[in-house]
Amino acid sequence: MHTKTLTELSLGLRSGAFSSVELTQTFLQRISQHQDLNAYITVTEELALQQALAADVRLANGTADCLTGIPIAQKDIFCTLDVKTTCGSKMLDNFIAPYNATVVEKLNQSGAVMLGKLNMDEFAMGSSNETSYYGAVKNPWNITTVPGGSSGGSAAAVAARLAVCATGTDTGGSIRQPAALCGITGLKPTYGRVSRYGMIAYASSLDQGGPMTRSAEDAAIVLQTMAGFDAKDSTSVDLPVPDYSAGLNNSLAGLKIGLPKEFFSDGLNSDVAAVLATAIDEYRKLGAEIIDISMPNLKLAIPAYYVIAPAECSANLSRFDGVRYGYRCENPKDLTDLYTRSRGEGFGKEVKRRILMGTYALSTGYYDAYYLKAQKIRRLISDDFKNALAKVDVIMGPVTPTTAFGIGEKMDDPIEMYLSDIYTIAINLAGVPAMSIPAGFVAGMPVGLQLIGSYFAEDRLLNIAHQYQQVTDWHQQTPNGFE
Amino acid sequence: MEWETVIGLEIHTQLATKSKIFSGAPTAYGAEPNTQACAVDLGLPGVLPVLNEEAVRMAVIFGMAIEAHIAPYSVFARKNYFYPDLPKGYQISQMDHPIVGIGHLDIDVDGVTKRIGVTRAHLEEDAGKSLHEDFHGLTGIDLNRAGTPLLEIVSEPDIRSAKEAVAYMRKLHELVRYLGICDGNMQEGSFRCDANVSVRPKGQQEFGTRAEIKNINSFKFVEKAINHEVERQIELLESGGRVVQETRLYDSVKDETRPMRSKEEANDYRYFPDPDLLPVIIDEAFKAQIKAALPELPQAKKLRFKADYCLDDESVSILTASRQLADYFEAVYKKSGCEAKLCANWITGDLSAALNKAGLDITDTPISDERLSGLLARISDNTISGKIAKQVFEALWQSTTSADDIIAEKGLKQITDSGAIVAIIDKIIADNPGQVEQYRSGKDKVFAFFVGQVMKEMQGKANPAEVNKMLKEQLKG
Repeated sequence: MHTKTLTELSLGLRSGAFSSVELTQTFLQRISQHQDLNAYITVTEELALQQALAADVRLANGTADCLTGIPIAQKDIFCTLDVKTTCGSKMLDNFIAPYNATVVEKLNQSGAVMLGKLNMDEFAMGSSNETSYYGAVKNPWNITTVPGGSSGGSAAAVAARLAVCATGTDTGGSIRQPAALCGITGLKPTYGRVSRYGMIAYASSLDQGGPMTRSAEDAAIVLQTMAGFDAKDSTSVDLPVPDYSAGLNNSLAGLKIGLPKEFFSDGLNSDVAAVLATAIDEYRKLGAEIIDISMPNLKLAIPAYYVIAPAECSANLSRFDGVRYGYRCENPKDLTDLYTRSRGEGFGKEVKRRILMGTYALSTGYYDAYYLKAQKIRRLISDDFKNALAKVDVIMGPVTPTTAFGIGEKMDDPIEMYLSDIYTIAINLAGVPAMSIPAGFVAGMPVGLQLIGSYFAEDRLLNIAHQYQQVTDWHQQTPNGFE
Repeated sequence: MEWETVIGLEIHTQLATKSKIFSGAPTAYGAEPNTQACAVDLGLPGVLPVLNEEAVRMAVIFGMAIEAHIAPYSVFARKNYFYPDLPKGYQISQMDHPIVGIGHLDIDVDGVTKRIGVTRAHLEEDAGKSLHEDFHGLTGIDLNRAGTPLLEIVSEPDIRSAKEAVAYMRKLHELVRYLGICDGNMQEGSFRCDANVSVRPKGQQEFGTRAEIKNINSFKFVEKAINHEVERQIELLESGGRVVQETRLYDSVKDETRPMRSKEEANDYRYFPDPDLLPVIIDEAFKAQIKAALPELPQAKKLRFKADYCLDDESVSILTASRQLADYFEAVYKKSGCEAKLCANWITGDLSAALNKAGLDITDTPISDERLSGLLARISDNTISGKIAKQVFEALWQSTTSADDIIAEKGLKQITDSGAIVAIIDKIIADNPGQVEQYRSGKDKVFAFFVGQVMKEMQGKANPAEVNKMLKEQLKG
């Protein structure tokens, strides 16, 4: 059962070929067999079986929708009522939210079954899932390599068939980069398309939740439930949600694909480049027109991002002070000691590094030089995307410069780690939607192709991805040992 | 040397919204600790602020009342600092783009009107409270107040004395209550003041170094705290010292200010626009809607009361001190159909005295405008005398019935039957031949005796003017 796609499983459930309880048990068993991947922080076995039973009732009485009875998993950044939400941090090792994130609430309403909470980089800060307090997640394609991050647990779980699909969040590439490194489909929606309520903030103006699935067809179904205006999130956008599945089969004849020359320069591994070239060729066969474009400000994305994101995070993470919830140090001798030790002991190295960078960037005398300048660059980058997307329907490029790197390989060199997000970060600064889809392999490791679209054009991106997945089978490959 | 005092005030007014500025939790005062705070107020992970439009409306009302520039585009910013009663580790406030820009407020000091500039007014959320007592050396945190909307009103350094500062503060206090945007309750902290105080040699252009005095919660303390601080600074300067820029706390028990933190110790608040909130856009339609609903302002009301009701300055100033009292007066005037002066006298006299004695506000008066009107109408049409009216007023205060019912029930109606009055006068004349003799021999003073006797006999129910007239007639003999 676990090899089937969401669409197939949904049909199976509704036809009565198997029950949600049976399906859920299959996945729970797989999770327990593959604990060595470390994809899950919390497995909610009891809750999952309860939800599966309830889903079977809905399936029987005809009130089921596409996700009813489907075993999914939540990135541990989404708050879940009565279930621990750690955000991959010691700081929240004891935290149980008294509310559901809007995304969780919506998926619950649809009747999806939650298998558990997925591992992630601490507070979503990392590109390899190695900053998690709960330990690194292993890439199912090669367990000595990283799955990417920060949604590394989500990508590994979907790739290893430990969940039918998963939620992820993407601040600088955290859905797309792990999706690429684990050979799955990941979609970062337009900023404001999916509610951020109950999604623990890293960098509020960049964070966006989205689906991580095996195919574009599956992503359309999950996004359908996740997306929409939420009165509890002032930055969510009050626009109608289109039917994401409706246009999947539209023809790509005449599609204009833009290839920014900045995406295909020196930093890109030549084997990865070759895989991408083949993928682009496939699109040409589907009737697309390839256009070379230039986005001159892309090179500024990493420095701008590493000012804005840490600045926002330095304030967002101030609430973790040991006063009301979360980790508190033992026997504080006074208030300052309570603050410094609770935060010093509760946060990991990368989180502290970003808080320090952000605090510095916002300080009197540095604000104009760093924060304000970064905001100006952000505007330039957004303009680059708007200009490019006025000429082409979709921009394509790499997701990552290389395939998955080894666990431990980049942990001592933060700059090197930051550069692994070079192709994804600009998209968050602009706020446009983007996807990563499996496009082939280099030495047995998956390579992702990135598709970038106009604001709120998720339906078009899904259509473009789905058409490729109709003529290729990269997305159907399963890592050895997880068949 | 002669010194000049320069003062700027920052006044925090708690806006009278039902729910908090960024959450749906109630703002009611005095509840059990931590029962009026929701996940947003507690700063739990993942929660987000949503702006309360009512707070925006109130800020715009205030801006219009001080003829200020209303910003078409204003921005919320995060003010970062750590404190246990600040749940998020930052306060959502406004920095570069406040909602209300430059405006002004006119104050009257010793009969002279002076214009005080208002630099800006911005919206922000209040913090919670740290409770240091009753926890055996530990600190308790009450987050009920966290997220309560505040409008911080910052004046220009136009104030030149403690007296002017108090006048400004009183004027502002009156205004925000008039506008219905703040309950003005200073004990509960709904209206709080920080004062920036400096001195400079008279005639000098540039300002002296200022000290900020925090959290002064009464008019009396503002005056005392400023006077004390001015004295301290002058003494310091005259003895060759220097004022250091710092924040000082006023201790009302010891009547002194003492340092809280110096400029060097001051927080770097690292303000930046809050990415969780969109900029506030105020368009002309919104402003027009508010303008149309704007209540009459105190100054305009005063002028109108003088002109329309021909009342003396003192009555006008008492009646217009609060919008509710002014409304009460106008309702009584309209419903009773009596002269404005009669209405004003009863409201500023007997009613105000009774309310004061009972510690009640006009909004809690046991005598509705309807019932007071009923009483005044009966005075006006001579049904009862002024003296009896006081008796009826007492009864109105104690009961819920109308003046007419009380008059009927107690038989307090004036006797207008002249035959009955003449009969009583004749009886008094017959019973007091000696006094009649004296009167008739020219001792006019005895007349009061006869009036007293007649009124006593009639239990005050006769019209005194009528009695006078008839007595004179009968005594002629």
